Amino acid sequence: MDFVLGHFNYWVVISLMMTGLYVVISTGNLVKKLVGLGVFQTSVFQLYITMGKVAGGQPPILVNLPELEAQAEAGAEHGAELVAEIATEHSAEIVPDPMIASGDQPAEVPAGQPLDVELSTPTDLPEVTSLPSEAFDPLMGVVYSNPLPHVLILTAIVVGVATLAVGLALVVRIRESYGSIEETDIDEAEYKTAGQGS
Amino acid sequence: MSLMSAISSISGLRDLLPHAAALVVVIPLLAGPIAVILAKARLAWLWSVLVAAAAFGLSLVLLGTVLGGETITYEMGNWPAPLGIIYYVDSLNALVISLVSGMALLALLYGWPMVEREIEPKKQAMFFGTFLICLAGLIGVAITGDAFNVFVFLEVSSISTYVLVAMGAGQNRQALTASFNYLILGTIGATFFVIGVGLLYMATGTLNMADISRLLADGDNDRVVRAAFSFIVIGLGLKTAMFPLHTWLPNAYAFSPSMIGVFLASTATKVAFYTLIRFLFSVFHAGAPFETAMFDYVLAPMAITAMIVCSVQASFQPDVRRLLAYSSVAQLGYMLLGLSMGTVAGLSAGLLHMFNHALMKGALFMAVGLATLGLGVIQVSEMRGMGKTMPLTAAGLSIAGLSLMGVPLTAGFVSKYYLVIAALERGWWWAVAAIVVSSVLAIFYIGRMIEAMYLQKPPSHGDDPVIVVRSPILAIVPLYILVAANIWFFFDPSVPKGLADSAATLLLGGGAP
Repeated sequence: MDFVLGHFNYWVVISLMMTGLYVVISTGNLVKKLVGLGVFQTSVFQLYITMGKVAGGQPPILVNLPELEAQAEAGAEHGAELVAEIATEHSAEIVPDPMIASGDQPAEVPAGQPLDVELSTPTDLPEVTSLPSEAFDPLMGVVYSNPLPHVLILTAIVVGVATLAVGLALVVRIRESYGSIEETDIDEAEYKTAGQGS
Repeated sequence: MSLMSAISSISGLRDLLPHAAALVVVIPLLAGPIAVILAKARLAWLWSVLVAAAAFGLSLVLLGTVLGGETITYEMGNWPAPLGIIYYVDSLNALVISLVSGMALLALLYGWPMVEREIEPKKQAMFFGTFLICLAGLIGVAITGDAFNVFVFLEVSSISTYVLVAMGAGQNRQALTASFNYLILGTIGATFFVIGVGLLYMATGTLNMADISRLLADGDNDRVVRAAFSFIVIGLGLKTAMFPLHTWLPNAYAFSPSMIGVFLASTATKVAFYTLIRFLFSVFHAGAPFETAMFDYVLAPMAITAMIVCSVQASFQPDVRRLLAYSSVAQLGYMLLGLSMGTVAGLSAGLLHMFNHALMKGALFMAVGLATLGLGVIQVSEMRGMGKTMPLTAAGLSIAGLSLMGVPLTAGFVSKYYLVIAALERGWWWAVAAIVVSSVLAIFYIGRMIEAMYLQKPPSHGDDPVIVVRSPILAIVPLYILVAANIWFFFDPSVPKGLADSAATLLLGGGAP
């Protein structure tokens, strides 16, 4: 039962995926085929997005700079140096940020000092502040969902839209020249012309 | 003053050379919309030729660097490897990139007289623009070292290909349904691929191919990885037209405009085949038990079936271009067979055959396009007497056909020879038998064309000779460049063979298993 519930998102994804694929294969209507294809692709979007979700994570938005610097100091991940670079590059611009200015926190936090997450998190994210404290890694400062799958899926959605557009354009042209969007009718028309041709 | 600016512009060009790996994709991609803006068909064509020539030149620069024994790693936007997207060129994809851009240039040169007659005037500029984007996509697939980037470029090239295939509707409305089927199957393939990439990302947390490979080194038997493997193989198999997944291919090749038939037959499936190799050997590890099992029990039998079944289907096709398309699926069987041996010799033979097959199929589709232009040939029976009425085209068609059969003095012989040697080395005598049977079938279906062209009388209306549209010189020249290449690479296969060998050695980690 744990297996079933624990993989809830996969069950949704797989059932959507199979529904979509089945529609593509079984229907003879070209528009419905494209709809099936859309469902099929959407299931993959969901696969990616659920994959990026971190339990208890907030949206992946830059919250506060000192945290990033502390995170760079911690340097557990291989991208840490890069983050540090960004942090130092942008620190000058972000210092006058009202959020930091209004908080009674210095702009520069000494390295290694445990961060007060409650203070540094924007107040309009109640679910983050109300989370149990062990959801936060003191070294990482903030738990946030993985943004990369979201970005990937934005790209994939664009690709999906483009495919759908081309597909529908083709259906329009097929309708113009065959007078039908049913596969059987098209095959029949083709068979007839082939018969006349020979 | 003008001299100064000329000198500075040349040195500026030299500054750009380190960026060749990026430019070879970026130039055609940006040039595509410009071709559409140019609006005048002739101008758009000239522009496309220029761009394809530039891409070819750049790919030769890359090829030169790789032949010098280096690999190129280009970090997009200077973001270092595991985080940023890198473009990576080694002996494997240098060959593919040069092949794609070279074939694009030849197809464009050949294409003008064809496009002028086959495509509505107001759509011609857009046609060339789409073609350039397709070119950018194909080169992008080949050059990128990022797994998700492969998907994006794969779809850039595929979506433009659907459009290009559908442009054949002016000649035959079946191009529309062919394109639609290709769209459905191509999208399913791409989506399977992207599921696989997602699962890989889940298992490894990275999208960089080299990084995935490094992280998979000791986790090859993880169930997620195995699922990813199957999704990726099926997805790319659809794009490659691997035997039971090839149903989109014959119609797409047969009903697309002549120029697109030439370009697709010689590049699209080759690039997908390259991607399959890249994933099978550089991302997953060739030694993994599930991969070896897949080679022996899935890929090799499918390859053999393709070689024989599709050759038989080709033999019974009345339509010339469908015949060639089925033959393409059969020839892909040879390449997959080479790959499935999992040895350096086999993989190298498969890659060499990929290169040679592009040359011969390109030439064959060019010649058939000219025959359609000249005599309205659609069926093999309509080719009768072409040896008299269109001697140049018929000769080119015959030589490329002989190369397809694998007759000595043509490039086709070289790659089949190496394939047979590799099969014998592996102890796969049944594979050798299949190669021989399939070659005999090739003699049959190419023989049908040659027989019709040379041994039958041209059709005549009473005493009047049949009217032939003279083949334009612009289209004959690329045909003969390819025919000459087919002969040249028999006598001197050192460049493609050397590249294929070094690529195979690189991929299989230096030693035969």
